[in-house]
Amino acid sequence: MSESPTRIGFGMSSPGRNPAGQGASEETPEEEQTLPPDAKVSLRKEREATGIDEVFESLDADLVGLTPVKTRIREIAALLLVDRARSRFGLSTSRPNLHMSFTGSPGTGKTTVALRMADMLHRLGYLRRGHLVSVTRDDLVGQYVGHTAPKTKEVLKRAMGGVLFIDEAYYLYRADNERDYGQESIEILLQVMENHREDLVVILAGYKDRMDSFFASNPGMSSRIAHHIDFPDYTLDELDDIGKLLLKAEGYTLTAEAKKTFRDYLEHRQAQPRFANARSVRNAIERARLRHASRMMTTDESVGRDELTTLKPEDFLGSRVFTEANGETSNSASG
Amino acid sequence: MRITQGTFSFLPDLTDAEITAQIQYALDNKWPCSVEFTDDPHPRNVYWDMWGLPMFDLADAAGVLAEVNACRKAKPEHYIRLNAYNANYGKQTVALSFIVQRPSDEPGFRLDRQDAHDRTIHYTLHPYAADAPPGRRYNGQQ
Repeated sequence: MSESPTRIGFGMSSPGRNPAGQGASEETPEEEQTLPPDAKVSLRKEREATGIDEVFESLDADLVGLTPVKTRIREIAALLLVDRARSRFGLSTSRPNLHMSFTGSPGTGKTTVALRMADMLHRLGYLRRGHLVSVTRDDLVGQYVGHTAPKTKEVLKRAMGGVLFIDEAYYLYRADNERDYGQESIEILLQVMENHREDLVVILAGYKDRMDSFFASNPGMSSRIAHHIDFPDYTLDELDDIGKLLLKAEGYTLTAEAKKTFRDYLEHRQAQPRFANARSVRNAIERARLRHASRMMTTDESVGRDELTTLKPEDFLGSRVFTEANGETSNSASG
Repeated sequence: MRITQGTFSFLPDLTDAEITAQIQYALDNKWPCSVEFTDDPHPRNVYWDMWGLPMFDLADAAGVLAEVNACRKAKPEHYIRLNAYNANYGKQTVALSFIVQRPSDEPGFRLDRQDAHDRTIHYTLHPYAADAPPGRRYNGQQ
């Protein structure tokens, strides 16, 4: 009898899932006394009590650039804090609509920000649980008549108390097929977004141009979303910073020449098609690690800590990006 | 006659806020909840009708309460109960089960006596409501 008594008897809890129950059981929804009209409230203390500054700090430290996004997040946090203070004076505050759409190129941090947003809204007391349920079309739309509604409703129930993050939301609506079940899913979503505003926040994410045409064909969806946040592409400097952060997290350093080569790499890669911002940077580092590892394997000398952690220019120069870039310049020069 | 079945049945009917708190307790313990209804409340009737499938992987009570309310709307004169299932090995049983709605009028049970051999008597309970066919019990409503 080696089985521990807390093991779950059938497959309903998947590993790695955030144990939702733990954090929230401490919160006590005690009713506070209404303050007299001449009282004063320290917003700074409110801020400290919510621990919101930690979220901002980690947002600034972990996410490079994204200034318009961070500004909007701070604005939302400020609104919620002021609403909390207002409610302590007994002033009526209508619950703000916080459904959002995140648009931007691939790899600009939409999913990461959604995760932080769920945490922030939980700390500010807007969401009861603060978990993130990330879904795509597959999870919402069924395969035959009558399959879509229960499926969508089940996902919505799972997301209650937290954030429902619909990645590549434009796939929900297929203009070319009017009998597509996606429309049914959108209708249920709209209904829940309107009627269960206190229970969940819906975030739609996707690439800018396709989201625009999605909203154009679903005006009801567009008007129910209060915050349309656009994620700008990263500049070269920001990509460089992201690379540094990633390398630091992986425990690698660059030689001075490699730093320059890495920047050259990013510059070339940025100009090439299918550039996916931070994701491309991550991939570049992964491939540099591969080349570094095979370089280590071919040396007969014994290697030390420095050799194992230092990436050299040749680890990046082996990339297809450089050969293609050179090919293009020579072609254009000859042509 | 007020039917007492399941947890909390000797207390006054729970309010929605109290039901929400109970559901949240179940969910925090990772017990999936399900909603069931019946118009045959005999104590030996353990097979109530399921209102949808059990709800797995929920984090917040709002989703379960929405199903309870949907069931109340569709079955306003039925008994509705909420079950929470503990799936841990060594338990694997219903951990919490309580009534969240009862009909407006509960006529109760009749005691039937049956003469058997040797002057022995068999006793049985018969719900007055069960005289009507299923679906037409309790104020004749669906």
